[in-house]
Amino acid sequence: MELVCPAGSLPALKKAVDCGASAVYVGLKDETNARHFSGLNFKEEGVQAGLDYARSKGVKLFVAVNTYAQPDGFHKWQRAVDMAADYQVDALICADMGVLDYAASRYPKLNLHLSVQGSGTNSASLQFYKDNFNIKRAVLPRVLSLKQVAQVAQKSPVELEVFAFGSLCIMAEGRCYLSSYLTDQSPNTCGACSPAQFVRWQETPHGLESRLNDVLIDRYQPDEKAGYPTLCKGRFEVQGRSYHALEEPTSLNTLELIPELHKIGIRAVKIEGRQRSPVYVEQVVSVWRKALDAFQADPENFSVKPQWAKPLAKVSEGAQTTLGAYTRAWQ
Amino acid sequence: MKLSLGPVLFFWPKAVVYDFYEQMLESSVDTIYLGETVCSKRRELRTAEWIELARQLADSGKEIVLSSLALLMADSELSSLKTLCDNAPVKIEANDMSAVQLLSERGLPFVCGPSINIYNSRTLQLLQARGALRWVMPVELSASCLQRILEEAEAVGFGREIETEVFSYGHLPLAYSARCFTARFLDLPKDDCHFSCIQYPEGLLTKSQDQKALFNLNGIQTQSASIYNLKAQIPHMARIGVDILRISPRYQATVGVIKEFRSALDDFQQNRPAQQIPIQDSDCNGYWFGQPGMNRVSEEQIVSGKFMI
Repeated sequence: MELVCPAGSLPALKKAVDCGASAVYVGLKDETNARHFSGLNFKEEGVQAGLDYARSKGVKLFVAVNTYAQPDGFHKWQRAVDMAADYQVDALICADMGVLDYAASRYPKLNLHLSVQGSGTNSASLQFYKDNFNIKRAVLPRVLSLKQVAQVAQKSPVELEVFAFGSLCIMAEGRCYLSSYLTDQSPNTCGACSPAQFVRWQETPHGLESRLNDVLIDRYQPDEKAGYPTLCKGRFEVQGRSYHALEEPTSLNTLELIPELHKIGIRAVKIEGRQRSPVYVEQVVSVWRKALDAFQADPENFSVKPQWAKPLAKVSEGAQTTLGAYTRAWQ
Repeated sequence: MKLSLGPVLFFWPKAVVYDFYEQMLESSVDTIYLGETVCSKRRELRTAEWIELARQLADSGKEIVLSSLALLMADSELSSLKTLCDNAPVKIEANDMSAVQLLSERGLPFVCGPSINIYNSRTLQLLQARGALRWVMPVELSASCLQRILEEAEAVGFGREIETEVFSYGHLPLAYSARCFTARFLDLPKDDCHFSCIQYPEGLLTKSQDQKALFNLNGIQTQSASIYNLKAQIPHMARIGVDILRISPRYQATVGVIKEFRSALDDFQQNRPAQQIPIQDSDCNGYWFGQPGMNRVSEEQIVSGKFMI
């Protein structure tokens, strides 16, 4: 299986390449990609530098142009596609049908992947993207159980990539407007969820409060570890009970599923986190490379090594990890 | 402009569903959407029963459309969708690209529901060419975005070939998940959920810890707690070229809401001054104005020109 790794900067890209990525995915410095955070991502010349470095080590470069193009800025998305085609990147990751249509008709040789933001959760939906845009691969949303992934894999007309590690989106990607409901920016429109410029922290008599556009997301007592106020991971009140009504702050970690994912024919595993530091990339990619190599060397006797857990736990959100939707119990 | 009644997003007992549609036949909506869009485990009415209900209503004089599931994750859900596509006596509203695929493969015309991600005219044109007769704008888009899309559609020359519907009243469908939040609230596993969302006929209100109403939990769907209400935007919608206003059913208020919308529409169409029925403080309309969806832009702000487009 390919190991597809995130990079929000050139140093992170170099770490990913050096630590064993099969492919690195990047986004441009604007709202055309789903991790549009300030100080992050690549200018066009940066893409060239990243591409040169990756290619020199035999690693592929994917470019994500995976938000939804709105009429006022359609040219930006076109420009991003043109750039990726000019550089002859190894794949362009898109979600928007208009953008896919532009890319497929203008650059028929460009390798297209359906982004997780495209919400392709079943074989019939993937068939649409294959028939209309000749996509070669799809990244599955993090909502499917392993059994469901296997069902999709069995009938999928294209290669499949699944999320293996990183922060956990609880909603079907591309189908969540919670962020724009509170802040006017969503992953679909702006490539941002719970954007940092709307975040406010305040010490109050009730405890430390995190707010997003003035909406109280969580309150922490002195003994509690505060986390970034991603709004679906807040503590809300339902019928008088305050709890994580949608999701706890946890990370996805699927090392133990490697044999199963391989068996059902998954072509690539993806590490989330273009917004994370080069240190995160180094730690996570190194462990995953070791794990994939160990599996390849001796598939029958693969087991998760205790020494892999520690570096991953250090960089996990909420310091706990889960198999997420892959296990039905989580759902 | 016409009025439509969206699919019931909640889980109601079968008898309640039948009574509801009997009532709706008496109402002044022009179009009725029927069917389960949220969770395939809700089987008070099975697919065959929805199809039968559509058949019964089809000669009522109202346009009947069968709505399909938004998040399909299992083979069993795909096969139900195929059953629907192969047997529907009326048009289908596609809420996932799988439905678009199955319907266009069969050469059947369809409606693109609000969970189909149409954010630009190129996407709209592509879907129109594959059989979409109508689209419901994704709820997070603004009036100015819609206006641009429709202007481009007109300029390219397919604008007249597709109708535009806007979600104009109700709890906004904001997100779909693998996880059932109603079952989670009750500490039940999703696989053994006891179909408990039937106990909450208009969802479970979710507030911030300082008591601001935020979300409405409806099984695997998260909705806005506030009611999105574009009744005051009827003239604006008409100018832009909106064809249909969608009212999303509530457990109780639906009949009254339809009356209010019908009278606002009549006032507008007969050039009578609009009766100023301000939307409630708890309602929202932010998305239409390019603001956070939860915001409420007041009449005064609109009249002052600050938010007119």
